[in-house]
Amino acid sequence: MSREAAVDRDELLGLGDDALILSHRLAEWAGHAPVLEEEVALANIALDLLGQARVLLSMAGDEDALAYRREERAFRNVQLVERPNGDFAHTIVRQLYFSVWQELRYQQLAPLLPLAAKAVRETAYHRDHAEHWTLRLGDGTDESHERTQRAVDALWPYTGELTGPGGLPGEWLARVTATLRAAGLTVPAGPPPRTAWAAGGGRQGIHTEPFGRLLAEMQHLHRSHPGATW
Amino acid sequence: MTGREQAREPGQAPGRARGREAELFALAGAVPDPELPVLTLAELGVLRAVRLTDDGGAEVELTPTYTGCPAVETMADDIMAALRGAGVPRVAVRTVLTPPWSTDDITDGGRRKLRAAGIAPPRAGGLLTLAIHCPRCDAVDTPVLSRFSGTACMELRRCAACREPFDHMKEI
Repeated sequence: MSREAAVDRDELLGLGDDALILSHRLAEWAGHAPVLEEEVALANIALDLLGQARVLLSMAGDEDALAYRREERAFRNVQLVERPNGDFAHTIVRQLYFSVWQELRYQQLAPLLPLAAKAVRETAYHRDHAEHWTLRLGDGTDESHERTQRAVDALWPYTGELTGPGGLPGEWLARVTATLRAAGLTVPAGPPPRTAWAAGGGRQGIHTEPFGRLLAEMQHLHRSHPGATW
Repeated sequence: MTGREQAREPGQAPGRARGREAELFALAGAVPDPELPVLTLAELGVLRAVRLTDDGGAEVELTPTYTGCPAVETMADDIMAALRGAGVPRVAVRTVLTPPWSTDDITDGGRRKLRAAGIAPPRAGGLLTLAIHCPRCDAVDTPVLSRFSGTACMELRRCAACREPFDHMKEI
C-alpha cells in the first residue's frame, strides 16, 4: 500500500476520470455500432476502462461520490475523452490518440501503481484495435478516408493536453504519426498545440460544452434517487 | 497455488492451521468460474491465498482476470458460500492486483478443459507466434474476426477449414 502513495491524488483523479468518461462515451455506442463485432468490441473496451476507473477513483476517495456527485469543474479528465463520439471514424481516431497515450503512461507508472501494471496489458489491446481500424478506414474507400482525415484534424488540437507536463510528447507523436502515415492519412502540421483556446484545461477542471450533457446523463439517476442501489 | 501462498509466508501459521488453510484453499479453488463453469477458480489461477484470521474467520485473496471483469463479485459470493458451508463463520474476500493475473496462470488441466468446451486456450509463455488451433477440427488457419468477444477475456475467430466461429482466450 505504501507504494501506491507514490502516485499523488491529482494523478489518480486524472487517470481515473479519463477512464470513466471515455468508458461512458464508448458505452453510448451500445445499440448503434456499425457491425455486431464492433458493438461488442467497444463495449468490451468500455468495460475495461470502467474497471480501471473504479480502482483509480477508489484509491482517490469514494468511487460513487467521485463519479456521481462531483460538479463539472471538479473533473480532471483531459478534454479529448469527453469529445462527442461523432461518426465511427471519429471514435476510432479518439481511441487511437488516447490509447497510445494511456498505454505509454501506464507503462511509466507500472512500478509505482499496481493498477497501471495490470491495465497496461488491457490497453495494449485497445491500442491495437484503434490502429487496425485507422489503417482500414484511412486506406479504405474514398469516403472512409475523407471521414477519418476529418477526424484526425478535428481532434488534433485536443491532443496537446496529452503531451503536456508529465506527458510523453516524443514517443506519442512518433507512434501516432507512424500509424497515420501507414494509413495514408496526412499528419496535421506541427506538434499538437498546447495553448489553443480549448485544449489543455481538462486537468484544471475546464471542460468543453458537450461535457455538461454527458455528466447530466451519467449522474441523473444518482442525483434523482440519492443512495439508490441495484 | 498453495505452494505459492505458503512460500509467501514461510512458517507463519502453526502446522495444524496451515493444514486447515490448505483445506480451505482447495475448497475455494474448487468453486466453478461463473462465466466459464468448465473451469474451477484454481484452474483459472485467480485464487491467490486463503488465510485464517485470529478471530477464527478466513481472508481470501482473489485477483481479477481483467480489471473490469464483472464476474469477480459472483466469484467472491460463491467463495464465501463455500467456506461458510465448511464451517468458517466469517469470510472476507479481498481483490489483489499484484502480481497481475496472466493467462499463463491457467493450469494445463484448465487449458485442456477449455479446448474440450470449444474454446481455444491461450498460448503459454509468450509463444505468441504459435498458430491457434480450431478447438473442433484442429485446423491452424483460424483468422481473427474481432479482438473482442462475449467476455472481456475472449477474442472471436473463425476456422477456415470447418467454417465454425469460436472463442479464443486471448493472451494477457
